[in-house]
Amino acid sequence: MTTTEVRPARAGAEPVRRRRRELPSSVLGLGGLLVFAALLELLPRTGLVSADYFPPFSEMVRALVEAAGTDRFWAATAQTVQAWGIGLGIALVAGIGLGLLIGSVELLRRFTASTIEFLRPVPSVALIPLAVLLLGLGLQSTLLLVVYASFWQILIQVIYGVQDVDPVARETARSYHLGRWARVRYLIWPTALPYVMTGVRLGAAVALILAVTAGLVGIGTGLGAEIALAQSSNAVPLVYGLVIFTGLLGVVVNLVARALERRTLAWHSSVRADVGG
Amino acid sequence: MRGPVVDPVLRWGRTLGFALTLPVVLVTLWWVWSADSTNYYAPPLQTILTTFGDVWFSERLRADVLPSVTRLAIGYTGAVVLGVGLGVLLGANRTLRRVTEPVLEFFRAIPPPALIPILFLFAGIGDTAKVIVIVSGAVWPVLLNTVEGVRAVDDVLSDTSRSYGVTGLARLRHLVLPAASPQIVAGMRQALSISIILMVISEMFASTNGLGFSVIQFQRSFAIPEMWSGILLLGLLGFVLSLLFQLFERRSLRWYHGLRRSQRGEN
Repeated sequence: MTTTEVRPARAGAEPVRRRRRELPSSVLGLGGLLVFAALLELLPRTGLVSADYFPPFSEMVRALVEAAGTDRFWAATAQTVQAWGIGLGIALVAGIGLGLLIGSVELLRRFTASTIEFLRPVPSVALIPLAVLLLGLGLQSTLLLVVYASFWQILIQVIYGVQDVDPVARETARSYHLGRWARVRYLIWPTALPYVMTGVRLGAAVALILAVTAGLVGIGTGLGAEIALAQSSNAVPLVYGLVIFTGLLGVVVNLVARALERRTLAWHSSVRADVGG
Repeated sequence: MRGPVVDPVLRWGRTLGFALTLPVVLVTLWWVWSADSTNYYAPPLQTILTTFGDVWFSERLRADVLPSVTRLAIGYTGAVVLGVGLGVLLGANRTLRRVTEPVLEFFRAIPPPALIPILFLFAGIGDTAKVIVIVSGAVWPVLLNTVEGVRAVDDVLSDTSRSYGVTGLARLRHLVLPAASPQIVAGMRQALSISIILMVISEMFASTNGLGFSVIQFQRSFAIPEMWSGILLLGLLGFVLSLLFQLFERRSLRWYHGLRRSQRGEN
């Protein structure tokens, strides 16, 4: 494990070299979305792909809108969001707490490094059968998966962040006799914050994946379970509609996480170009 | 390295000591605690390890492990090739990139396992379908990171190579891909863990063989030690693959890490 987020040496802003008259990104992007939707509509309509497997876009949307009129749909959405939120919350508290501790105690870091490196890549879905046996079907099992998946993302970032403290700042803090808490508050936390936010962003995305997956494989409730149900009852347009909806939910999660990152780090001298993650 | 010069053997010993202590303690605790476990769901570690040998060093190695790993390898490779290829294309073309960006962001945001039911509708539940599942979930981080990497190629380098007449494939080979490689590798790392998740989930969802299928089958038939051994194997697989990836990363990005260290004044 060496880098976790790659940062460009320089904010990767678009070079302002050709100043042609160009359409704004929003217009082009919207155009792209419309073309894509039109493609989804036309492929089955022209018979290029079978409408049995791939209904026209309008049917997907209609199925989604119909579903959105039911309480069941919103209950499922609430369950997914709840599992996501609680799981991410637990992972955040545990990840930041342990990360600060492990990151700032050299000895602890050395002793735990190998164990962390071993446990981190264990795919959380491998725990599914164990979760079912020990915790049964339901929220607890879902939470186990969500927490396991997002905890490591956050923990690793926090440990990196804490280690990134500038040596000069560290020495300065020492010569001013800053106490333990003051050091954490004014030295370690601000240094680690950009890393923490990266961890939050990655963790939030992965938590949603697991919250949906748990439903999909039948150990939890929520949107994943609705998708599996729609599939087994052969409601093909609804399957697509629900997948589109979870995608939109994912977009919202990403946007909120990025906005939060920008806001929290607005003071940071090197708020850099976002490099995907 | 600061501090007094230490005998290399001693230093190796110390590193090894730090690396092994906690794992040994944890495994020993597990061993001792579970030794006379009567809990049906938490069999003694000894039983699990014995079962591990019996279950996985047998016919299953060929019948379940091999198909899983093959699908994973093909799917992951496909995702990387497709992601880098399309990423270079989109990264180099500003208009195309801006047109496709929202669509790609949307696809990236779909939790990849949610695509499984759809892709199984299309492609049945065979090997092809599972490979497609892995590709379709793992391609996005590679694709979007490649786009970012290609986009951020240094202007001076780019102009220099252009004025020296380095164009076409040579430009791709000697400028664009190396410059974008740190980001591409970061995308590949995310894609790897997504691929493993999708390999397991697609087999749990519908399959007749594979690791995910076996583990869930063991659980349903209450073959508890077998199930634990399967979880261990999946964990080991994840660990080994991430180790291999780190080796690959260290080799391919050695120049980059060196550059960063010197920029941070560590050398």
